[in-house]
Amino acid sequence: MKEIKTDTKEIISKERMIGLFEKNREGLFMTDSEFMSRIRKDAMERFRELGFPTTKLEEWKNTDLKASLEKGYGYYLHPVIDVDVQKVFHCNIPHLDTAIIAQLNGWYVSKDVPLMELGNGMILGSLAEAFKEYPRIIEKYYGKYADFTSSGLTALNTAFAQDGIFIYVPDNVSSQKTIQMVNVIHHPESIFLQSRNLIILGKNSRISLVHCDDSYNQQASFANIVTEVFIGENASLDHYKLQNMNNDSTLISSVYFNLEQAANLESHFISFNGGLLRNNTRILFNGKGGTANVRGLYLMDRKQHIDNHVFVDHANPECTSSELFKGILDENASGVFNGHVLVRRNAQKTNAYQGNKNILLTDTARVNSKPFLEIYADDVKCSHGSATGQLDSEAMFYLRQRGISEENARMLLMYAFANEVISKISIEPLRLRIEDMVKKRLRGELSVCEHCVLHCNTPERPLEFDIDVTKI
Amino acid sequence: MLLSIKNLHASINGKEILKGIDLEVNYGEVHAIMGPNGTGKSTLAAVIAGRDLFEVTEGEVKYKDKDLLKVPVEERAREGIFLGFQYPVEIPGVSITNFLRTALNELRKYRGLDPMSAVEFLKLMEEKKKLVEIQSNLTNRSVNEGFSGGEKKKNEIFQMAMLDPVLAILDETDSGLDIDALRIVAKGVNHLRRKDNAFLIITHYQRLLEYIIPDYVHVLFEGKIVKSGGKELAIELEEKGYDWLKNT
Repeated sequence: MKEIKTDTKEIISKERMIGLFEKNREGLFMTDSEFMSRIRKDAMERFRELGFPTTKLEEWKNTDLKASLEKGYGYYLHPVIDVDVQKVFHCNIPHLDTAIIAQLNGWYVSKDVPLMELGNGMILGSLAEAFKEYPRIIEKYYGKYADFTSSGLTALNTAFAQDGIFIYVPDNVSSQKTIQMVNVIHHPESIFLQSRNLIILGKNSRISLVHCDDSYNQQASFANIVTEVFIGENASLDHYKLQNMNNDSTLISSVYFNLEQAANLESHFISFNGGLLRNNTRILFNGKGGTANVRGLYLMDRKQHIDNHVFVDHANPECTSSELFKGILDENASGVFNGHVLVRRNAQKTNAYQGNKNILLTDTARVNSKPFLEIYADDVKCSHGSATGQLDSEAMFYLRQRGISEENARMLLMYAFANEVISKISIEPLRLRIEDMVKKRLRGELSVCEHCVLHCNTPERPLEFDIDVTKI
Repeated sequence: MLLSIKNLHASINGKEILKGIDLEVNYGEVHAIMGPNGTGKSTLAAVIAGRDLFEVTEGEVKYKDKDLLKVPVEERAREGIFLGFQYPVEIPGVSITNFLRTALNELRKYRGLDPMSAVEFLKLMEEKKKLVEIQSNLTNRSVNEGFSGGEKKKNEIFQMAMLDPVLAILDETDSGLDIDALRIVAKGVNHLRRKDNAFLIITHYQRLLEYIIPDYVHVLFEGKIVKSGGKELAIELEEKGYDWLKNT
């Protein structure tokens, strides 16, 4: 297979992406199934109309991608991977029984099998492989939830998506193992990547999923990642999104959750570090009686920017959703919380809550918080709240009066603030690990190399890739 | 001399609250400071503890014969100054156990002692909890969060017992307490009362002083100590109220 790549260090523009798509249409995408080729074509057409989002759009008013897009990135349409996945992504977190599926620069990494079928019928592995091996599943679910008609970035991802993670959990299957999806960005040059994940939980199934976005070096990157999650009737997903990217990274992660009747979602978005992070979280209640609890914690400093957009569509009655996002912003960091709950006319007995709380540690840190309820049903319970302030000076005095140093008092209060989110993490080894990372982050000691839940309890160490990264 | 205050003036937002306080407290003494609302009792307590909301404009405060006013809050605490708050602050997410262990170990570090082991610490906590009759599960809860008024005040006395201060200032610890809680608070103070420490008890009513017998009683009025005496002064105040002092 020939390697196709555009010039490196080129800025990202609509024209470049259209050109790249056209150039590869005959070659690269010709192995696509009819289904895939149609969806790509439709998505590209939509991208031509929408382009990249600008601050003129209400949804992007407070997050400007311009500077990120103009940094210049290479775009790679083929991976060259020769790596021992167990060595690179070896997890030694004690007591956490885990299955790891890893991506490097958006490509699935594996030494032996690109797609594993476990004894219980679960399928884990490469999405590219799933396109070939499981066309019926793909055609049933792929592209059904990530609506590209309303988002230029999702349209672009859909046009280009080649690989990512595929997880299929059959009906009535519960996995004891926590599944870790690790997406590592590590390249000697700055890159633009667009991976795509598809996660399907059958009826009455249950899994825990830790979903990490990490960068390993200080190179700039621009990642436009789309994840579709189908949670079947009465199924449960315990989901953790952890982000520890470098200061030159831009990550737009769009996760589309579809909840069938009585489905249950617990989702946590923990953002430790990153240049510009945008989490688009969309939740659709596609059946009665679903529950979705979404929590977020972001700890930003320097000139970092975090934007959490959460849209919850109560399209059906008797569903419960709650959102709690908490952030600590230091130095010149900026944050956005935009929560939109839509309660449609027939969605009676809806219970919805949105909350956003922020601590600004400096006068130059800022946050833009907009919880928003749009309600068309009359028998509902909905509320929202937003609070932004400094560390409580009364509490600071109280702690210091007991002999606690100013620094430790600040730490205690910040940690206590964060703990409202962390304490809800039900997997204990993971919670302990995240507690540790949050403490380190608040003390300014967290390395960007300290990725997610891997290599726990080990101090910072240089990257050990058994891979020639120049070949990727 | 443990504490010596001379001609202390302090203000908040340009408004003078303390207008020349003189007070001396020796080791082994219990002083009561009484007076009507809004005369500066709590301000005096806060200034001694080091609250930076107040600006000291004149006068001096010496503690253990050293100038106290330049010393940061936490260092005053480590030197043995404890303030029992009139309105204890709620700190969601910080458990009492964690909070006290952090505080106690910082005190120990300051005094050149090793941190207390978890076992020792828990033993000490059990002992002091009995003293103030607080429910054992209270210490697992966040500091003061959702506590009743009585629980908050008992928690202050519990912290005092844990930290074993040299100079304890209790700012209206008795206000809003029922008779049982008042008795427990007094029991805590009396238990800790020794030759090598001292208490400054700020109160609006004489009631608490039936349980904690003070060595001295001072009346603070409009930012000044207008009268000092023995424990009998408290009884006189209870009978006559504060109005008669306005003309002295």
